[in-house]
Amino acid sequence: MRLGAIGVVVLVHQDLSRSAQAIRHWSQAGCAVVVHVDRAVTSSAHERFLRDLSDLPKVKFCARQRCEWGTWGLVAASQFACEMMLANFADPQHIYLASGSCLPIRPVQDLISYLEANSATNFIESTTVSDVPWSIGGLHKERFQLRFPFAWKSQRWLFDLSVRLQRALGLKRRLPQGITPHLGSQWWCLTRSTVSAILNDPKRPIYERYFRRVWIPDESYFQTLVRHHSTQIESRSLTLAKFDVQGKPHVFYDDHLEILGQSGCFVARKLWAGADKLYTAFPMASDTTRDSTHRSSDALNHLFAESAARGSKGRVGLYMQSRFPHQDPHAPLTAAKYTVLEGFFDLFHDFQAWLSQTTDNKQAQIHGHLFAHEAAVFAGQKTTIRGSLSNSATLRDNNPTAFLTNLIWNTRGQHQCFQFGPHDVQKIGKILPQDSNAQIFIITGAWLVPLSQSVESLAEIHAKALRLHAAESKHLALLRAPWVKAKVHIWPLSQIIANPKLQLHEILKAIEPNAKCPTTVPEINLDPIAFPAFVRALENQGMHRGLAGNLNTVKRIIAGPEIP
Amino acid sequence: MQQDLSLHPSKPLSNARERIANWADAYKLRSKRRLLLGRAFRKRKQLTEVKNRATRLAPDDILLFATVRNEHLRLPYFLAHYRRLGVQHFFFISNNSTDGTSDFLAKQEDVSLWTTMHSYKLSRFGMDWVTWLQIKYAHGHWCLTLDADEIFIYPFYETRPLKALTDWLDTHDVASFGALMLDLYPKGRLQTNIYTAGQNPFEILNWFDSGNYFIKRQLKLQNLWVQGGVRARCFFANSPPRSPTLSKVPLVKWNRRFSYLSSTHSLLPRKLNHVYGETGGEKPSGVLLHTKFLHLAVEGAAEEKLRREHFENIDLYQTYYDRLTKNPSLWCQTSSKYTGWRQLDTLGLMSKGAWI
Repeated sequence: MRLGAIGVVVLVHQDLSRSAQAIRHWSQAGCAVVVHVDRAVTSSAHERFLRDLSDLPKVKFCARQRCEWGTWGLVAASQFACEMMLANFADPQHIYLASGSCLPIRPVQDLISYLEANSATNFIESTTVSDVPWSIGGLHKERFQLRFPFAWKSQRWLFDLSVRLQRALGLKRRLPQGITPHLGSQWWCLTRSTVSAILNDPKRPIYERYFRRVWIPDESYFQTLVRHHSTQIESRSLTLAKFDVQGKPHVFYDDHLEILGQSGCFVARKLWAGADKLYTAFPMASDTTRDSTHRSSDALNHLFAESAARGSKGRVGLYMQSRFPHQDPHAPLTAAKYTVLEGFFDLFHDFQAWLSQTTDNKQAQIHGHLFAHEAAVFAGQKTTIRGSLSNSATLRDNNPTAFLTNLIWNTRGQHQCFQFGPHDVQKIGKILPQDSNAQIFIITGAWLVPLSQSVESLAEIHAKALRLHAAESKHLALLRAPWVKAKVHIWPLSQIIANPKLQLHEILKAIEPNAKCPTTVPEINLDPIAFPAFVRALENQGMHRGLAGNLNTVKRIIAGPEIP
Repeated sequence: MQQDLSLHPSKPLSNARERIANWADAYKLRSKRRLLLGRAFRKRKQLTEVKNRATRLAPDDILLFATVRNEHLRLPYFLAHYRRLGVQHFFFISNNSTDGTSDFLAKQEDVSLWTTMHSYKLSRFGMDWVTWLQIKYAHGHWCLTLDADEIFIYPFYETRPLKALTDWLDTHDVASFGALMLDLYPKGRLQTNIYTAGQNPFEILNWFDSGNYFIKRQLKLQNLWVQGGVRARCFFANSPPRSPTLSKVPLVKWNRRFSYLSSTHSLLPRKLNHVYGETGGEKPSGVLLHTKFLHLAVEGAAEEKLRREHFENIDLYQTYYDRLTKNPSLWCQTSSKYTGWRQLDTLGLMSKGAWI
């Protein structure tokens, strides 16, 4: 096998000892190497670097440029180095552009063989502007239409000002004839003939003048011109180099050893300079993943996807010291759907027991009144539930929203269902309607039922009824507001009494989407004759009419066989 | 002023009046910061240098600052932990120590030590002293500012040294890193197990409360105010607003013009308090494992109650100390057993953020 079939151009900016290590690997595998060292590197560090590599025969150093991120300097450096490569080394049929923090993962020989097998193919990510899913900084087509004389990193203020000014004035540059802008990863591997064609193009000065003022030319110069000079292009980079949501390159550490080893990639970027284990293990002496069954980049893709999700959207419903969304009115407040039942405990006999029996208690947790004045009534009368959330009323009322979001976050995976009513502490009533995860079922006027069985005098009952009615009205007004995001079902008492099965089925479906219609319904706590009379008596005392719906229809249906 | 979660959703500073108020706040805080720096400068005379080895600092060394008092028992593990993470130099202020803490520290090769007999409380709980040392030595360094009972952990801390984290933060132009102070406690009464110097405290303290923290955003300082956890559950259930603050910003790329404001809960300039995602995304964050509830807490409580050096309105905290002196058990049925940082990440007590 002929060695030295590829030439590697290495752009070095920092961590020179690690760069030297990588260069040594390339060189020892027989590759010709041209190194470009950023002019920002101090001369003492540079000298040490040269000394370190002085024993390697096929390593050359080209003239130094200042390479600031996103500027022409990076392209100029690659051009110099490539010219030097073409002039000094006759062997390489492919030129691989790498950085000092790139490291070969699989044996370099594998890469050489691969490129020999694809001797005419250019490996360069190159996509048209409209196909690019990533656009960092909000500049997309404008990269090619505006001028960017200022550095984004060091002259941000001027950069922004010039962009705004050009937008306002409607300034647009004309593209040089015959080229279509393409974008892609900075790290490529092109054939000797393509590189030579790009560098020796008679129109090179015209293109250069144009690209000097394009933003991030290192991601577009070669990517665009390669389309002009070659048709045999595989639009992907052989270097694994991914960016995070903030547009910064992902960095690999010692704990990525296994995942990188199994990724099957030839070269990876960037490796943290302190990752001793990675620098010892790679490039692998022999490819353990050669029988490609072990080779999988799924784990890596999962890692990148997870990072993007965490960084951009985060875990919805979680509030912590590094996530506290307060600027997004559209996101749900809590982590999962939950059900709020109002009035059902008053109307039905032992409703909690019935609901617990009817639903699968692995999937649903049925609490009592979580916002009761004395203490939160958790399922099973516990004093704390998962996450050590306490039933203390003072702790809860100190920050009811946090109590709710904690409860739903702690028990995610299990549907939460709790009771609420006009007897309870009402602060959370303002929050519930704003949460798109809340499913609220309310029987209006159900609080009349326990009152009707009270032995107190009518005047006392009337006073209580007024208070409860006021709380209920306020709550209903919130639930009917135009900005409500919760799913709200408001049923008058009479409607439930008329046909409890239908409404209870609705509730079961809210808890478990596939719930069947219940075969039994809980007993109703209500005297069919005395109750309407009691409501009439209250109304005659001066209460608002129609508190419990139209009770005249109730009598008829209550006489049916199901309900005693 | 505080902001509740959803009662005031999404209000960017829209009108001119709010903007002016915001600038006014910023200006007031600037004055406040300058006052604090001046105060630190005046208090420098309270410090007596015992051993200063800070002359050999390299430019990217990571430093650690702490004020300690009688922490001989906790310090060996503390030092070992932070050395393992790659802290290069420790700055200690030993305040009124009588148990050999100062001698022990003076012997350590990577420690610079100052002592003082002045009041901890009057020095803003040691912050004035620390601020002075930070002005002098910390400029341009990544700094941890901690108490001796705080063990700082962050995502991947077992496999990646602190330098990996600070490099990542540098790349992302972030100058501060937040952490939740997580109280760990034993199962059973606090004095059941006796801790010995150098022992891993989490062999004894291996339980915690995982989901009862409550958070408010403070509008003026723009920081998060996290409270709750086991201390709120066991000691402050009747007065939750008094329960100790658990949010901290322990890791900062220091500038000599910076100053912590109240303990390490918040600092100035206030942009350093932005350690949290405001639109949904998570920023990376860590946890300060709090080793307060070793057997020492019980004896300590009686003493602290008499010294009156730890809280602003000390009388409001008498019942807290009284209950601690009774050697209580803090464990409950729903306590979680500590298994490592990945568990804390899953539970949402710390976050990897976008760090892979």
